[in-house]
Amino acid sequence: MDKKRRDFLKIAGLSAIAGVAAPTALNTLFKGEVIASDHGGGHGAEPQGQGHAKIEVPTGKRFGMVIDVNKFHRYEGLAEKCTNACHSIHNVPKFTDPKVELKWIWKEPYEHAFTEHSHYKKNDELHNMPFMVMCNHCDAAPCVRVCPTQATFKNKDGMVLMDFHRCIGCRFCMAACPYGSRSFNWSDPRGKDKDGKPLIAKENTKFPTRTRGVVEKCNFCAERIAVGQEPACVEACGATKAMIFGDLNDAHSEISQVLKKQYTIQRKPALGTKPSVFYII
Amino acid sequence: MVKKRENQDFVLSLLQERKGDAMYDGGKIIPGLVIFVGLMTYPIWSGNAGTTPKPVKPTGHEKCVKHKEFMRTSHMVLLNEWRDEVVRDGNREQIHIGDKVYDKSLQNGCMHCHTSKKKFCDECHNYTAVKPYCWECHIQPKETI
Amino acid sequence: MIEKALKGSSLYWTWICVLLGIMGIGAFCYVQQYNYGLGYTGMSRDVSWGLYISQFTFLVGVAAGGVMVVLPYYIHDYKTFGRITILGEFLAIASVAMCLMFIMADLGQPLRALNVLLHPTLNSMLFWDMIVLNGYLALNIIVGTVVLQAEYKGTSPPAWYKPFAYLSIPWAISIHTVTAFLYCGLPGRHFWLTAILAPRFLASAFAAGPALLLFIALILKRTTKFDIGKEAQNKLVTIITYAAILNFFFLGLEFFVGYYSNLPGHMHTLDYLFWGLHGYDQLVPFMRFSLFLGAVALVVLFTPQLKKNDKTLGVGLVCLFFALWIDKGLGLVLGGFVPNPLEYVTEYTPSLGEMCITLAVWATGFLILTLLYKIAISVKLEKELP
Repeated sequence: MDKKRRDFLKIAGLSAIAGVAAPTALNTLFKGEVIASDHGGGHGAEPQGQGHAKIEVPTGKRFGMVIDVNKFHRYEGLAEKCTNACHSIHNVPKFTDPKVELKWIWKEPYEHAFTEHSHYKKNDELHNMPFMVMCNHCDAAPCVRVCPTQATFKNKDGMVLMDFHRCIGCRFCMAACPYGSRSFNWSDPRGKDKDGKPLIAKENTKFPTRTRGVVEKCNFCAERIAVGQEPACVEACGATKAMIFGDLNDAHSEISQVLKKQYTIQRKPALGTKPSVFYII
Repeated sequence: MVKKRENQDFVLSLLQERKGDAMYDGGKIIPGLVIFVGLMTYPIWSGNAGTTPKPVKPTGHEKCVKHKEFMRTSHMVLLNEWRDEVVRDGNREQIHIGDKVYDKSLQNGCMHCHTSKKKFCDECHNYTAVKPYCWECHIQPKETI
Repeated sequence: MIEKALKGSSLYWTWICVLLGIMGIGAFCYVQQYNYGLGYTGMSRDVSWGLYISQFTFLVGVAAGGVMVVLPYYIHDYKTFGRITILGEFLAIASVAMCLMFIMADLGQPLRALNVLLHPTLNSMLFWDMIVLNGYLALNIIVGTVVLQAEYKGTSPPAWYKPFAYLSIPWAISIHTVTAFLYCGLPGRHFWLTAILAPRFLASAFAAGPALLLFIALILKRTTKFDIGKEAQNKLVTIITYAAILNFFFLGLEFFVGYYSNLPGHMHTLDYLFWGLHGYDQLVPFMRFSLFLGAVALVVLFTPQLKKNDKTLGVGLVCLFFALWIDKGLGLVLGGFVPNPLEYVTEYTPSLGEMCITLAVWATGFLILTLLYKIAISVKLEKELP
């Protein structure tokens, strides 16, 4: 009896030690480093202690954006200017019915942009501010995870993009996106509205339109970045500096400098999607 | 062996019972088949395959990004490769042919030289009865006529 | 064997013609949808899946439910289910066929459907759903036809079919588990984000599938000489009862977690479905009616006099089937989209054409089912009754 108990305690003790030591040992084995509380910059701009944020050494680029809501509040009409710049460059059709509307970037009030933040006893001004919402180009994007054909994918610069040629229109990505940033072409985007006017007022012949039956969203202007231009919305903001775009993984980039100095928030951080769009309020 | 036999029986039962080896209505079926095959293959043996298409070549450009024979048969393969490189890999490296530079793009590359979809693309596509849906999204150049 | 489907009473042919008629209307509507785009339906950017996907989800359950007769028969050698097992397998074939049709009807670019195979994506649950559904269809076609063929020929079925029959059992569980994974792995959709979603799906499937099966068996008993037997019927009632209780128990758990924890995300959709959210309450009557039907069904299933009488039992089964259809075939999928990620409420009403297409897919499923059952029953009656 006694012997049995001693054996039991020994085994229990050994397994406890093994249990504690094993993960560290395995981590060392597979990653060649011990993780734990080491500061490594994480996902470039990842706030510490956010959900289950792992500490990883950033590799390659990760484009992101800072949106200064105060500036959008100050410069009236700037929000619309951004939306128009984006939508006209990308041939986004203008459906008037909100049910089938397509939008890449648009303004929302605080309560709807930040649904998981408290709305109780906030300053009056906050409720009048225009929050530009768009695809967050998440580092752990649910839409990319669920797409059955890799029609939506993350490119080497951390942008979540659409390959319209491949999309089968299953709309799984729309169910997966926690930000409502994706739009579907419910009918021909080259069609006409009720008054007979084309839905795309003036086609940008440098960029394609879409066809019915595919999903679309903000592409962080991948086609413009590739040729050294700024995203259309950032360009529309111009000298106001209401939007700052750049590489979050480059510590010397303007965006990294701004993020270092300013307090910013992200949309729905608790979901672990790691958004790349930050807001200064 | 026994199993095989059973399977055969089953297949036969599907075809319903037939007695003897004679073909019913053979006198109608065989000539019918001959006429059918004849009509179907008419374009091949008659030597009349319609007029060969003559797509209009661009002026001021001597060479395409690949040689003529390749482009004639496999331009769609090249377009698919370009699509994946540009859209998915972000590889927009331009193509240098002689002193000319071309973008890997249908809308912003090919169609800059081949300025008419009607006189270039449609010529052969109509002839071969294929309907690629490139232009449902890509914007075709304005036809000058 | 197939010729059995070509001989039938005038009632049989009338039924076939009705189904073909509905299919024709649906095909006409589908052509319109194909030409216009999915804007033909009532779906919107906020409720981006509608009737098609909700029917698909429900029918995966009906297909999986067949396992409740297949399992006792093959694993426990429960011979009493001998006559109904083939019906379960054929019900699975018809249901999976409907699932695949609903998926196709829902695609924005149906001609590109094979991209799923061309670019296989292991991290997408939709890819796995495609694998398990097609696999389950194949398994049931193999097992069902091989067994019936053997019976037709008066021989015992070849031994090689057994592994397929055994495989079809865990496979049935997998189809509904993977279908639940489509929903419960999405971080921003609180109503679906519950580990109990797969068990809930299975419980409702094991109630709805056998309920439909037994209801059809009761009809066959009245209209043909085909009787699954008293013992099989009683056993099936027991199975349905337990599955139904589990289903409602699980639903209760969702209510507890939502309202006791007081987490807004967990309460919003329940509010919308059962009480209305910000004045939007289109689904409330349906969901309450579903609870009412469920209660009626449980009363029937628990009262000896009622469950022993074929007529009242039939009513109970229909109530249960519709209760589960509303719960899963409407509420679960449509409710999950309300409120939208920006916490706006957009309601969804299917368009008339969309309803016609939906009905036509059901009609196609019932046509497949009718033909398969006609063959199976003719063979069984021919061999068993001299």
